[in-house]
Amino acid sequence: MAVLYINGKQVTLDDDPRTTLLDTLRERPGLTGTKKGCDHGQCGACTLLLDGRRVNSCLILAIQCEGSEVTTIEGLSQSQGEQLHPMQQAFVKYDGFQCGYCTPGQICSAVGMLEEVGNGEPSDVTGRGEVTLSRVEIQERMSGNLCRCGAYANIVDAILDTANEHSRKTGGPAT
Amino acid sequence: MKPFEYRRIHTVEEIGHDDPGQARFLAGGTNLIDLMKHEIEVPDRLLDISRLKLATLKDCENGGLRVDTLVTNTALASDPRVRKTWPLLSAALLSGATAQLRNRATTGGNLLQRTRCYYFYDTARPCNKRNPGEGCSAREGQNRIHAILGASDQCIATHPSDMAVALVALEATLTLRAADGRERELPVEELHRLPGDHPEQDTVLEPGELIVAVTLPAPQPGRQIYRKVRDRSSYAFALISVGVILQVVEGRVESVRIAFGGVAHKPWRARKAEAALLNKAPTEANFRLAAEAELVDARGYGHNDFKIPLARRTLIATLRDAAHSEEEVPT
Ligand SMILES: Cc1cc2nc3c(=O)[nH]c(=O)nc-3n(C[C@H](O)[C@H](O)[C@H](O)COP(=O)(O)OP(=O)(O)OC[C@H]3O[C@@H](n4cnc5c(N)ncnc54)[C@H](O)[C@@H]3O)c2cc1C
Ligand code: SF4
Ligand code: FES
Ligand code: FES
Repeated sequence: MAVLYINGKQVTLDDDPRTTLLDTLRERPGLTGTKKGCDHGQCGACTLLLDGRRVNSCLILAIQCEGSEVTTIEGLSQSQGEQLHPMQQAFVKYDGFQCGYCTPGQICSAVGMLEEVGNGEPSDVTGRGEVTLSRVEIQERMSGNLCRCGAYANIVDAILDTANEHSRKTGGPAT
Repeated sequence: MKPFEYRRIHTVEEIGHDDPGQARFLAGGTNLIDLMKHEIEVPDRLLDISRLKLATLKDCENGGLRVDTLVTNTALASDPRVRKTWPLLSAALLSGATAQLRNRATTGGNLLQRTRCYYFYDTARPCNKRNPGEGCSAREGQNRIHAILGASDQCIATHPSDMAVALVALEATLTLRAADGRERELPVEELHRLPGDHPEQDTVLEPGELIVAVTLPAPQPGRQIYRKVRDRSSYAFALISVGVILQVVEGRVESVRIAFGGVAHKPWRARKAEAALLNKAPTEANFRLAAEAELVDARGYGHNDFKIPLARRTLIATLRDAAHSEEEVPT
């Protein structure tokens, strides 16, 4: 039987190859934190981390991920004991949502995004030089996560604060 | 989604065992899975190629770079060699889709993504590309995003890839592998077709033929710029895009390459504009003449009429940026 690892737990896949990664999470282990918005790669609600990288789980067949590590919104806080992940705390602090439907995708996306910035990966607004995490950089890098409630300004605040907090703790640049 | 048989392959030799007509290669899946959900693509079999050992970037002796087909759009756009020497390619990639999609999308899959014509996606409406002979709903319908060059009575769709526009301007070459193991090289410029009487065929690939790699030649000197005009400033397909490599020496255009996106069924190499510019002074007037030379045969279908002046202005603006930029020329 094909398996994958969701938040560290082994999950056996059903035997219909049509099942997407998104449907697998929601239907099998009942991890309904990851949301289905469009089911066509257009909204970002289904964003999670696949082997550490943010992806749209609605456009991935679960069978393709055999053996992979998946981290969902439910798994983000696992390493933090009783606490939420710093990005989750920042979304609460800055009101980075209204209805909350896009939020799990926004948070997973933001966590993956800071990792990409840390790797020095450029975006459309970076140009030829190094990345500096400005508001414009965050807006461009988060453009794959739509929010129908329009909480964008607060989402950017939450992400900037998390990045700055992280750099204060590590002494490194704001990533 | 229609049921299908799924098979993961680990070596290219395993490909020959399938009936190539019925199977589809699955790479990142960001286009194919979407089309399968809409039942526009209904393959009997999926050959998952995503675990083939084809995900590296390698320097070539002549200063070029070989990009294996499974290199992701993110990895390609972020590679320091690409950012320094082929910034046109990096810029084109980063202007497309989103980080989530680029993390999954592969080089070969990006080239072979299908049109975004609304009626191609709407299975309730006639479309010659989906069902040959059925008619084209776009000609008399909503055709704002459609072609202004090289279209036919059968189909006026455009090819949506940004990356492909850069690869055409950079004169990149494909390495292809037929199902029986034969390899051949093909310029990226010759990969996509004009629709003619067979809009169902996007490319000249044979059934079962695999894109193995894309090779970038050492770039010709000059400033490289990709400019994309779209309905919002991020996460939208191009209405018009232009890739330019322009070298000006002593007040004359020494060399120039131009490709358009969003104008045709394929990335459009603008050879008429290039010829009009060569050896001329890089002036606004000459840029205009070059743009007009390329667009003499352009025609709109109503909603997309605006693309003709937009293509002209975008080309002029991009050439102006390339001619006047202070930024260092990659070598
Ligand atoms: C919401 C959204 C927005 C987007 N915006 C943009 C944009 O602005 N600009 C842009 O350029 N693109 C855009 N894209 C498209 C995206 O770039 C493509 O979906 C992606 O590049 C396809 O790559 P893939 O590896 O996922 O291909 P797949 O979906 O796996 O495959 C696509 C096709 O290529 C074939 N194929 C794949 N690899 C090979 C190979 N090696 N040999 C032969 N055949 C092969 C498959 O059989 C299939 O027919 C967008 C996509 C989405 C969903
Ligand atoms: S333009 Fe091409 S893809 Fe669109 S409806 Fe007409 S035939 Fe189909
Ligand atoms: S549900 Fe996956 S992108 Fe919208
Ligand atoms: S908070 Fe409602 S969609 Fe974003």
